[in-house]
Amino acid sequence: MSESNTDRPIEQPEGEIKIETRGLNLFYDAFRALTDINVAIPARQITALIGPSGCGKSSFLRCLNRMNDLIDDARVEGDVLLDGGSIYEDDTDVAQLRKRVGMVFQTPNPFPMSIYDNVAYGPRLHGFGGRDSLGEVVEKSLRGAALWDEVKDNLRKSALDLSGGQQQRLSIARVLAVGPDVLLMDEPCSALDPTATFRIEELMLELMERYTIVIVTHNMYQASRVSQHTGFFLLGELIEYGSTVGIFENPKDQRTDDYVRGRFG
Amino acid sequence: MRVLPRVTPRISQAIAFALLWMAALMVILPVTALLVVMFVKGRGSLSWSLVTSTEAGGLLAPIVGTTALVTLTAVIVAPVGVAAAIYLSEYARAGRLVRLIRLAIVNLAGVPSVVYGLFGLALFVMLLHFGRCLLAGACTMALLVLPLVITAAEEALRQVPRRLREASFALGATRWQTVRRVVLPNALPGIITGLILSVGRAAGETAPILFTAAFYSLTDPFPKSLFDPIEVLSYRLFVIATEVPRIEEGEKWATAAVLVALVLGLNALAVIARARLRRARRW
Amino acid sequence: MVKQRAQRGWEWLIERAIQVAGAVAIIFVLMIFVFLLRDALPVFKATTARELLAGKDWLPTAEPPRFGFLPLVLGSLYVTIGALALAMPLGLACAAFISEVAPRWMKEVLKPGVEVLATVPSVVFGFLGLLLVGPWLADVLNLPVGLFAALGSLMLAFMAMPTIVSVSEDAIRSVPAALRENSLALGATQWQTIWRVVLPAARSGIIAGVLLGVGRAIGETMTVLMVTGNAAVIPEGLKGLLRPVRTLTATIAGEMGETVVGSPHYHALFAMGLILFLIAFLTNTIADAAIRRSGRLGR
Repeated sequence: MSESNTDRPIEQPEGEIKIETRGLNLFYDAFRALTDINVAIPARQITALIGPSGCGKSSFLRCLNRMNDLIDDARVEGDVLLDGGSIYEDDTDVAQLRKRVGMVFQTPNPFPMSIYDNVAYGPRLHGFGGRDSLGEVVEKSLRGAALWDEVKDNLRKSALDLSGGQQQRLSIARVLAVGPDVLLMDEPCSALDPTATFRIEELMLELMERYTIVIVTHNMYQASRVSQHTGFFLLGELIEYGSTVGIFENPKDQRTDDYVRGRFG
Repeated sequence: MRVLPRVTPRISQAIAFALLWMAALMVILPVTALLVVMFVKGRGSLSWSLVTSTEAGGLLAPIVGTTALVTLTAVIVAPVGVAAAIYLSEYARAGRLVRLIRLAIVNLAGVPSVVYGLFGLALFVMLLHFGRCLLAGACTMALLVLPLVITAAEEALRQVPRRLREASFALGATRWQTVRRVVLPNALPGIITGLILSVGRAAGETAPILFTAAFYSLTDPFPKSLFDPIEVLSYRLFVIATEVPRIEEGEKWATAAVLVALVLGLNALAVIARARLRRARRW
Repeated sequence: MVKQRAQRGWEWLIERAIQVAGAVAIIFVLMIFVFLLRDALPVFKATTARELLAGKDWLPTAEPPRFGFLPLVLGSLYVTIGALALAMPLGLACAAFISEVAPRWMKEVLKPGVEVLATVPSVVFGFLGLLLVGPWLADVLNLPVGLFAALGSLMLAFMAMPTIVSVSEDAIRSVPAALRENSLALGATQWQTIWRVVLPAARSGIIAGVLLGVGRAIGETMTVLMVTGNAAVIPEGLKGLLRPVRTLTATIAGEMGETVVGSPHYHALFAMGLILFLIAFLTNTIADAAIRRSGRLGR
């Protein structure tokens, strides 16, 4: 904490740190969407970001793989470190960054092609050789996303024919196939029914062994079920960050307390 | 062993984007350049006296003829086109008939202009005995721009908010009263814009009037009735470019420039009218 | 009371008229077809379907006249295919550029710019080809005359491009933004995303744009009449592109004014019109179906 160059203290989780933000601010034109976010996200654990809608948690997530670059008048100040290196250098290869930091979106968006081609899309982009090994990658990724058994006989079928929950697991398989270390999940279950949600949550706990996962969720039960660390956002500020148990059972900030007890939001 | 430099995605993107840039320039620049050359070459011969002259090469007769043709075209097509649009937007229920009508509109828009010429010849000139004249040409041209007018008018009608219709119905108005007093007045700007656009299209077409209306005359160029043939700018340009060798080169360019200016002017007028009328509307 | 009833009657009349007007497009498509057919069929009194479609000579004023459409059909194909070979890649690339790559200010210049080009009359393109582009190309390519098939293709390409650009641009723009985001989030570059996701997803709409472009090119009259040299000979090989040809449309436009009404020649020209009508009908109907399909995907 002593090396942190800002005045706001951050709670430093134990163990290896995967992502760290320093004085991160995000502006959309003149609007300040994020204010001085300092946070350290531990490797191979699940970190949940909660808060009422419009609090900046999704915007924050999109800073971590630079998806905000796509918005014309978005501007980032401060820095984000991935494994200790800045991702906002002038010569950062954004495509390479996104290969390391995968993202699963709110609604599943399969490309209008076959299941196989959806999963193979990423490896093909990044210059994957050999047909056999591509098939292996596809299988491994689909297994990793707990979808293989359901689709192994229909890999050539259009991905648009899958159910919503299957499509979301396909989106996860598609990300895994690229071989990232980090998975960013932006409310991945908000469009799914409870059964499908349960499967995705199970899957996340499996994936945690190998990936660093950051999930944005509006569902506090989900956050408490799956995550080890939780950050509470309000009006673009990170109000409180710490172990999930601590945040939910013994929050230090009154606003956090009000929120997790359902007094607003 | 020398390692070939791998074409990274970044490099292939740079190459691809450069090609896309060039393609966009190739679509826009050559034609723009040709038009600029045309205006420059035509400027020398373009004068008030050329535009108002009835001598050989003078443009008064074709300008009068074109004006008469497109005005009559608009007068013929407006009621039919708007009525068809009213049907589609206010009366029709989605179903097989509407699908068929839309397919017919698309097809009507795609019929080659010279085929319209043949149809006009067979129906208006021969069967109805109009002869080769202003009226036959305008009827043919009206048919050609009909799909354009229907589409534009329907678009305009559909943009009138549903709550205005509902308010009218709630006051006990019948469907036609609602259309006549609420929907049509509010859609009028869009309809007029569509009409001006179609007039612009009609002003530039040649093939449909080749056998139905156009002629090139040195002695009696002005039509005295609907049943006289007319001089038309586009046809004049065709004739002096291909058949009449004695016209001075500069005058040919000037004729082309006047035609393009007329067509672009009508289109610009439509765009301005749309902006103006849209601003005047408040909902 | 009486006044009100009169009003009802009046209203009844107007509403019936509107219903009839609604079907006016169908009526006219049918009428065009019937009238073309009516004036095309008598040609078989003077010739056979076989000679018409496979005959190698178009000599309508010879004695006896020969009504072979083959050179004209091939002429149309040559000019149209040449035009598409130019207009399709360029138009598609331009559409992708406008909707995916161009900065905002440029978009605002290019889109209306393309629309303006679409309004330039075909007789003007013919004029420019005849007086400017043709002589210049003949000089550069060392040709004897400045009127040849490829010149028609070039001028037609200029005409068809705006259609292809605006229809495919619509299709590309209607691809959901989420697909682009997903692809970029997987580490694809913008170009990889355009090439592998956006364009395939916009496929139906793009096909429609190209088909409409084909329809426009094959039915285009004044431009080809003025710049292709109008020699009714069968074009051969690639060299044929640099020789004069004559298309179906140009034949109708060029000869209808000089034939005797009711003669076999007159009816033969109507038969060509019928062929053109059917080609247009086919391309437009397929294009319409393709647009409908792409609309469903873009939901």
